[in-house]
Amino acid sequence: MSTTTAAVPPSARARARTTGRKDNGRNGPREGFLPRTAAMLVMAVFTVYFLTPIWWLLVASTKSRGDLTTTNALWFSDIQLGENIAAVASYGGGVLPRWLLNSVLYAGVGALVATVLAGMCGYALAKYVFPGRELVFNVVLGGVLVPATALALPLFLLFSQVNATNTFWSVFLPSIVSPFGVYLARIFAASAVPEELLEAARLDGSGEVRTFFTVSVRLMFPALVTVFLFQFVAIWNNFFLPLIMLRDESLFPVTLGLYTWNTQVNQVPELRLYVLTGALLSIVPLIIVFLLLQRFWRTGLGTGALK
Amino acid sequence: MSTTVLDVQARNRARIKVPHKKAIAIFVAPFATLFTLFYLIPIGYAVWQSMLVIEREGTYGEPREVFGGLSQYAQVMDSGPFWESVGRVLLFGVVQVPVMLGLALLFALLLDSPLVKGRRFFRLAFFAPYAVPGVIAAIMWGFLYSPNLSPFKPLTQEVGFLSADLVLWSMANVVTWVYVGYNMLIIYSSLLAIPTEIYEAARLDGASQARIAWAIKIPLVMPAIILTAIFSIIGTLQLLAEPQVFRTFTSAVSSTFTPNLLVYTTSSVPNVSLAAAYSVVLALATFILSFTFLKVTQRKAFQ
Repeated sequence: MSTTTAAVPPSARARARTTGRKDNGRNGPREGFLPRTAAMLVMAVFTVYFLTPIWWLLVASTKSRGDLTTTNALWFSDIQLGENIAAVASYGGGVLPRWLLNSVLYAGVGALVATVLAGMCGYALAKYVFPGRELVFNVVLGGVLVPATALALPLFLLFSQVNATNTFWSVFLPSIVSPFGVYLARIFAASAVPEELLEAARLDGSGEVRTFFTVSVRLMFPALVTVFLFQFVAIWNNFFLPLIMLRDESLFPVTLGLYTWNTQVNQVPELRLYVLTGALLSIVPLIIVFLLLQRFWRTGLGTGALK
Repeated sequence: MSTTVLDVQARNRARIKVPHKKAIAIFVAPFATLFTLFYLIPIGYAVWQSMLVIEREGTYGEPREVFGGLSQYAQVMDSGPFWESVGRVLLFGVVQVPVMLGLALLFALLLDSPLVKGRRFFRLAFFAPYAVPGVIAAIMWGFLYSPNLSPFKPLTQEVGFLSADLVLWSMANVVTWVYVGYNMLIIYSSLLAIPTEIYEAARLDGASQARIAWAIKIPLVMPAIILTAIFSIIGTLQLLAEPQVFRTFTSAVSSTFTPNLLVYTTSSVPNVSLAAAYSVVLALATFILSFTFLKVTQRKAFQ
């Protein structure tokens, strides 16, 4: 992956984006009516495809149990989203808020720690020469190709050896290791942190670790946000690890919790509405975070793919 | 391995020469420790566990774990359900990955062309499903497919989306729905990184957008497409959440539908040694497949 194209320094990319793109399409022949209509049609059709399920979920969460099956599923009837949220939040002794909190701890705190660790390691691999550097990097790259799900059972076996399954740590600790984060951080640090700056910091008497946390981190910020988002999504989506590790309902992340509710829908019919409302509650914060951070999201994705 | 005096001297010299040793240790050690603990050791332990077999003295004797060499692996190779599940995800991948990446590339090119207005809106709308975790997406689509609960009952009562014939492709649709926007964004970001001067000349010569896309843009974003392809291959082999959720909506998904589901089912029997062997084979296969794909495409695309 590291040799696919020549490295483009971030500054050059930024230039390309800010200056080169503004006149995008304004030069040359104007496109005909037919291609433009066809393109807009394709985009419109797929907008419906991508947004309908989310729209349906939103509408379904506002309905009463009776209305859910009897009224038009794609439009509101008697809106009672507030009642539904209150009901779902208190069902089963308030276990859903607990699951949401767990998810925030596993994915939010886990991704934060993972980002710091990966950032430090990637930075060292990019900026210092030491024996074993390439070995470390190659082992980490191998780790990128072994996905987290493939490790779920091996981790379960290991944690059962030390009687640590069914604990918060059995899901949290494996989640803070992000080989892909190290890879991204190394690539980005190599081009974004100039050697001269580090030399200048050294002359000023700043220690290496201090320089990293005060100067280099700022330069690496877009990449670090990307690492955070990647890891956040990876932990949030990792279903196998909590499924195999956890028995105690109060430790579940929200995905596993809603999954178990969904398996009981046939015995407990009111759970159907709770699953849908819970699903809405669990994805809305994510969509908001994604939209807020999407500028970083794109910069960083470009880095990962280009190098 | 023998260590000569020269080696030791060379190593000592190297060690003395490395500046900022303490800082490097502070930076690398935390990740290295955790990577060893939660990546390398579990893999090693799974390999070890996969070589143990349970032995009993007679039918009711105390079960003991004894070293059985590669006998579990022989069992994996002979296992019908295992190869069926592998065949299923391969079929899934051969169809779903090209469809998904084709769509992602098409959308990225359209967003990058002057043909489309309202880029910002489309980018967000297409990316939004990525915020839905696989389990939740599967639950949502499970409802949408269901003959009784779906808002599209006239359609779902006619077409058995959850029937044995179609359920694999219904899952493919869920995965596509979640990931197209994400892959689109990766490809789109690398399209943005291409300086426009590169195709200005072609444009002035009157080349159509389609021609520019085909002859200039696609070759330049090939590395991004390869990256998304590798991640998609890895993801396909690991399918678990979607089939596991669909089991609550339909009986057409068996407990051995995908390799990871088989691992889970086998480990809950419990037959952890066999499950470990499945896991090791699966991790190895994923690694080899994505690594080979990376090497082959790199040679083809950049020779």
